[in-house]
Amino acid sequence: MNNKYSNTKATLAIAKASFRSILRSPSAVVFTLAFPLIFIIVFANIGGGGMSIDVGVAKGSDTSANNPVYTALKKNKIMHLIHDQTADEMSKNLAKGNLDAILDLKPFAPPASMTVHVQYSQASGDKGSVLKSALNNIFYRIQSEELKRIQSYTTVKVPNLIDLKEETISGRPYKYIDFILPGQLGFSLLSSGVFGTAFVFLSLRLTLVIKRFFATPVKRYSIVLGEAIARLAFSLLGSLFIILVGHYMFGFTLIHGVTTVLNMLVLSAIGLIIFMGFGFTVSGIAKNESSVPPLSNIITLPQFLLSGTFFSITAFPNWLQYISKVLPLTHLNDAMRKVAFEGAGLGDVTHQLLILFAWFIGIYAVAVKTFKWE
Amino acid sequence: MNVMHFYPMTKQPIITVNNLVKNYGDFAAVKGISFEVYEGEIFGLLGPNGAGKTTTLEIIETLRDKTSGSIIVDGFDIETDADSIKKRIGVQLQAAGYYPNLNLSELIVLFSGLYGIDKTPMEMLEKVALTDKAKAKYKDLSGGQKQRFSIATTLINNPRIIFLDEPTTGLDPQARRNLWDLIREIRDQGTTVVITTHYMDEAEVLCDRVAFVDGGYIIGIDTPDHFIDELVATGFERKKQVKLANLEDVFINLTGKEWREG
Repeated sequence: MNNKYSNTKATLAIAKASFRSILRSPSAVVFTLAFPLIFIIVFANIGGGGMSIDVGVAKGSDTSANNPVYTALKKNKIMHLIHDQTADEMSKNLAKGNLDAILDLKPFAPPASMTVHVQYSQASGDKGSVLKSALNNIFYRIQSEELKRIQSYTTVKVPNLIDLKEETISGRPYKYIDFILPGQLGFSLLSSGVFGTAFVFLSLRLTLVIKRFFATPVKRYSIVLGEAIARLAFSLLGSLFIILVGHYMFGFTLIHGVTTVLNMLVLSAIGLIIFMGFGFTVSGIAKNESSVPPLSNIITLPQFLLSGTFFSITAFPNWLQYISKVLPLTHLNDAMRKVAFEGAGLGDVTHQLLILFAWFIGIYAVAVKTFKWE
Repeated sequence: MNVMHFYPMTKQPIITVNNLVKNYGDFAAVKGISFEVYEGEIFGLLGPNGAGKTTTLEIIETLRDKTSGSIIVDGFDIETDADSIKKRIGVQLQAAGYYPNLNLSELIVLFSGLYGIDKTPMEMLEKVALTDKAKAKYKDLSGGQKQRFSIATTLINNPRIIFLDEPTTGLDPQARRNLWDLIREIRDQGTTVVITTHYMDEAEVLCDRVAFVDGGYIIGIDTPDHFIDELVATGFERKKQVKLANLEDVFINLTGKEWREG
């Protein structure tokens, strides 16, 4: 009893207990790991392939190897050629937009002109025009080849009116996973910080666990710090896991390898600390456990939708972008993407960090006012 | 049911409450009460709900601020030395829960850390006969086991005094008797026990001294025996002639004295 009391030891005892408790709480694991991974798997698979155009090939079309239109379309990765529908099904699907076009190809027998009958659908938006330009491209090539063949018999030169020079610069391919993973990381931190913190502190308060703690020599800051350490440790492990799964299974770009990962973890920690401030506030305002989810959703849902989690905020109209640019998750996501894909260091994202710091000051000022111990 | 134990000849006060007042806004919960708890005794605070028992207890336990008055616990003033007091007392709260998702061993480890004391979980669970429940969650324990576990957490810091707020409420007769034995054992090892209860039979057999609290005042403080003798001396008689046994004795006789767990 005469040994000097150690606040560090008490803080760590709480951190250890809280960490164990988080690991055994299904909702923490689901929100921090399962949800982000499911989103990543779903979006990495539907988003990555880009556009696909479904083209019904009418019965009786010439699909032989010497039909240059058919073979060219078959080589085009965007075109998805469908043969196994009846004419009736095809027209119905075209009207619904399930097919983007129906193609009827007559045999190719130069010099007789080949008949190509294409039906587009208003139901499928821009995809028809993509097919149209692809077809024009094919026709142009067939025509030019024919022209070249004719020219080889004559000395009259037809001048090229357009001399097309195409080149593709070599660049780092920006994959959809490079966009979606930082967003999911941010979302995972947001939900863990807000829901997790709010639930834990509210239930510790309501079940008088905190009151019982106060009957021991433990300091208040030890309780908050211990809980924060546990949540930080758990969320950073979760972030690391998401980054590694993203990198090794989906080819998530990590420009400077380990350094990039460490920078991302530092950003994760900063984000989580801010989001925990919201959690403390919610735990103070909530009267009972059932009022935690609605209050937390008010904080997390708008950021989930408006902070560029799934798609870039540049897709929004201007007025909405102004709202997006106020939210902390937007800037966390922004900083994450710069660090991960552009290889920026933490010094290059000071603009984002400053805005996050302003949020930190603001939310903890509110949290200190609203937080309740008993 | 009287158990012989060493009762100090010179009664040394370990808690001194002087003129304690507690107001919640306009409502006066405690209206100036004074009493002493002696070292090594089981002291009962008795009284109806809302009498101010729990408030008084929580002020002594440093969990609540007083409005006025003075309290000395084991030589330390509640106002200036709350931290020293916390290190010397063990507290069981009415209806308190424990950290979620942890088993009993892990909870003991947690409390050891909070008190800054190295105690093994088994050592503590042994004192309350719960070693076989070391891996169980608190919420899965029976009522009696829950109370015993709560008492184990109050003993971690080798306290000079423990406070038990209605520890036997809701327990069956076996579990209640079993808890009385445990509380007496703790007292016999030199720890002072302050307890609140609604059961007068319990106070009569368990407490060395009791104080009656009503409406924020202490209206009497003495040994149970003395209170009863005083009342009898006024000519009081029970309406029904007391038999040599009561229904609880029948219950215990029929169902056995062994602890029932479950």
